[in-house]
Amino acid sequence: MTDLLYSEEEEALRAAVRDLLTDHCDAAGVIARTESDAPHDVPLWKSLAHGMGLAGLLVPEELGGQGATHREAAVVLEELGRAVAPVPYLTSAVVATEALLACGADDLLADLAAATSIGALAVGLHTAPGARCPAARLENGALHGELTAVADASIADVLLVPADDGGLYAVGASAATVTAQVSLDLTRPLARVVLDGAPGRRLGEAAPAVRRALRAGAALLASEQFGLADWSLTETVRHLKERKQFNRPVGGFQALKHRLAQLWLEVVNLRAAARNAADALARGEDADVAAAVAQAYAAPVAVHAAEEALQLHGGIGMTWEHPVHLYLKRAKADSLAYGTAGAHREALARLVDLQAP
Amino acid sequence: MTSRLDAAELRRRTQELMAAHPPATTDRLTFLEARFDAGLAWVHYPEGLGGLGAPRALQAVVDAELEAAGAPDNDPRRIGIGLGMAAPTILRYGAEEQRRRFLRPLWTGQEVWCQLFSEPGAGSDLAALGTRAVRDGEDWVVDGQKVWTSSAHVARWAILIARTDPALPKHQGITYFLCDMTDPGVEVRPLRQITGEAEFNEVFLTGVRIPDAHRLGGVGEGWKVAQTTLMNERVSIGGMRLPREGGMIGPLAKTWRERPELRTHDLHQRLLKLWVEAEVSRLTAERLRQRLAAGQPGYEGSGMKLAFARLNQEISGLEVELRGEEGLLYDDWTLRRPELVDFTGRDAGYRYLRAKGNSIEGGTSEILLNIVAERVLGLPAEPRTDKDVAWKDLAR
Repeated sequence: MTDLLYSEEEEALRAAVRDLLTDHCDAAGVIARTESDAPHDVPLWKSLAHGMGLAGLLVPEELGGQGATHREAAVVLEELGRAVAPVPYLTSAVVATEALLACGADDLLADLAAATSIGALAVGLHTAPGARCPAARLENGALHGELTAVADASIADVLLVPADDGGLYAVGASAATVTAQVSLDLTRPLARVVLDGAPGRRLGEAAPAVRRALRAGAALLASEQFGLADWSLTETVRHLKERKQFNRPVGGFQALKHRLAQLWLEVVNLRAAARNAADALARGEDADVAAAVAQAYAAPVAVHAAEEALQLHGGIGMTWEHPVHLYLKRAKADSLAYGTAGAHREALARLVDLQAP
Repeated sequence: MTSRLDAAELRRRTQELMAAHPPATTDRLTFLEARFDAGLAWVHYPEGLGGLGAPRALQAVVDAELEAAGAPDNDPRRIGIGLGMAAPTILRYGAEEQRRRFLRPLWTGQEVWCQLFSEPGAGSDLAALGTRAVRDGEDWVVDGQKVWTSSAHVARWAILIARTDPALPKHQGITYFLCDMTDPGVEVRPLRQITGEAEFNEVFLTGVRIPDAHRLGGVGEGWKVAQTTLMNERVSIGGMRLPREGGMIGPLAKTWRERPELRTHDLHQRLLKLWVEAEVSRLTAERLRQRLAAGQPGYEGSGMKLAFARLNQEISGLEVELRGEEGLLYDDWTLRRPELVDFTGRDAGYRYLRAKGNSIEGGTSEILLNIVAERVLGLPAEPRTDKDVAWKDLAR
């Protein structure tokens, strides 16, 4: 039976992650980092991944992981979204981890769980589960080719590369040329991966592993999007209670109250959709539909929330100094990540038998 | 009464009731009265008033036993206003004599209730109502007009709010009454709606005499008493578990699957969007249900009616378009006075028109958005100019 609530343990996990982010991931720091050559927050990642053991949530205990479920990983992502934290949690601890789980690559899973290594699936961030994606060329046992829009590749130690023989290969990042791409979302930067005769180790079949990884990415991204949207709503409500114009708090004007109430409705819906997707993955039931529903709903809501936050903050919302742009950029990039809402609606048309003409 | 009121005890008492009054051979009303007298009508009500003072959740145990045995029920859909609105108010504010007189026939359905609240000049601003009640000896004489009254044509009693002091600010001069619908001064006229049906009525009150003994709560306390009624109206919305495609989206999806010749790309895009929204709203309702079951307050409830109103309207509107030539037709414009409303009944055209009421009845969507903004988000209320002004001096 679907459980759409948070357990006490999940709430405790949330509180711990939130405490850490409150102390170590303030907006000014995130903005300063985006202006540097190292946008990722490595110390924060160490605390989360190693200190709290969260990199191994989805990894079985016998491999050094926590043996937890997607429900817990989703709670972590809600908080990371709320803080637009620049850490490779979704890409390494969810997407790369799922691909490795599909291949049974125990040694690499143990490395990821122990946070001694960061993984990245070398597939464009915009790829929907089941969509075709570029593959590297396999020649004489070495990999060649160029793969773009790979999220968090610049911080990864191991790249998981689909090749044209249908296999998924592990390639050490040092064997590839990884170049940062100037990205819309400064807190989840993309990179170009160039392979020029890189040695790789075949882990298993690429298609099912990539599909499983992208489906988990899509499903749990909804929790990150919920975090982004919830921050946007909360922060906007707070601002409008304080901000006074025309001798009144701006939040008392009905035109704005109705917009915020409408947004609240969307955010409440998004939470239910995201919880449902995480729970469905954890139980392994109805996961395709739940993931597609969550992504078909989440992307427009997160973008809407960030856009409303910007507009209702007025001029300050347009400044580099105010964090709302971080949320807008992340929300907009997320609306493409692991397939657009439209791509997921198309998937649903097949899944629930509402066929196109 | 020494035995502990747990599920087993309630099961035992239910079986005892059925042994004394076998459902198969007992007259329906007699059985319902016996059930009421056994305290198994609404177990959370006090003893002697149809209940046992037991936890409300245990009602399900009694209902399941009775249903399994095929015992008659009180047809709750037919007497929703009595059960959901009049009863909790009478229980909370009624004198002992009033509770004993009214609750039993209300629950058995022998006496149907309706609600005389809204007026042509007092909709969203209900507290501005103008129906007058003037004291005359032991009676009150009531004159005015009420509207949107479902079940008025079958009701024996009404809950009524009327103005007893026009010189006070509007919230203070209102008193709550129990009105006998058979009084010669009560005239009920069907109010035909855009669907062609007359689900609702207009009720004209002309020199209606209500004994002071049928006043509920103090003189001038009617607004406070009415809050109990209105709160219970909101509680009764939502709370049921829907399967996927369980609401208005069901008939639309069915038509889509069965009639491939009607499909277009534009309709397909819109259908998928609405299907996703319907599914997500269903999940939100389910989450609310789980929160309530876990004893957590569920703010989601304030939003459910808003969400379903919009969805019902958009989904039924799309279905009219999908049907093409048939969408230009309507099944039947005959003026009928249905006792029950079926939102998903009849054809797409009817559903489209009936759903327009979903964002008006039981609180307009605009008022509900205010409620969400103020009570959930804590945003400031609009400045008010009507709170401290005598009702008689208000603009109208």
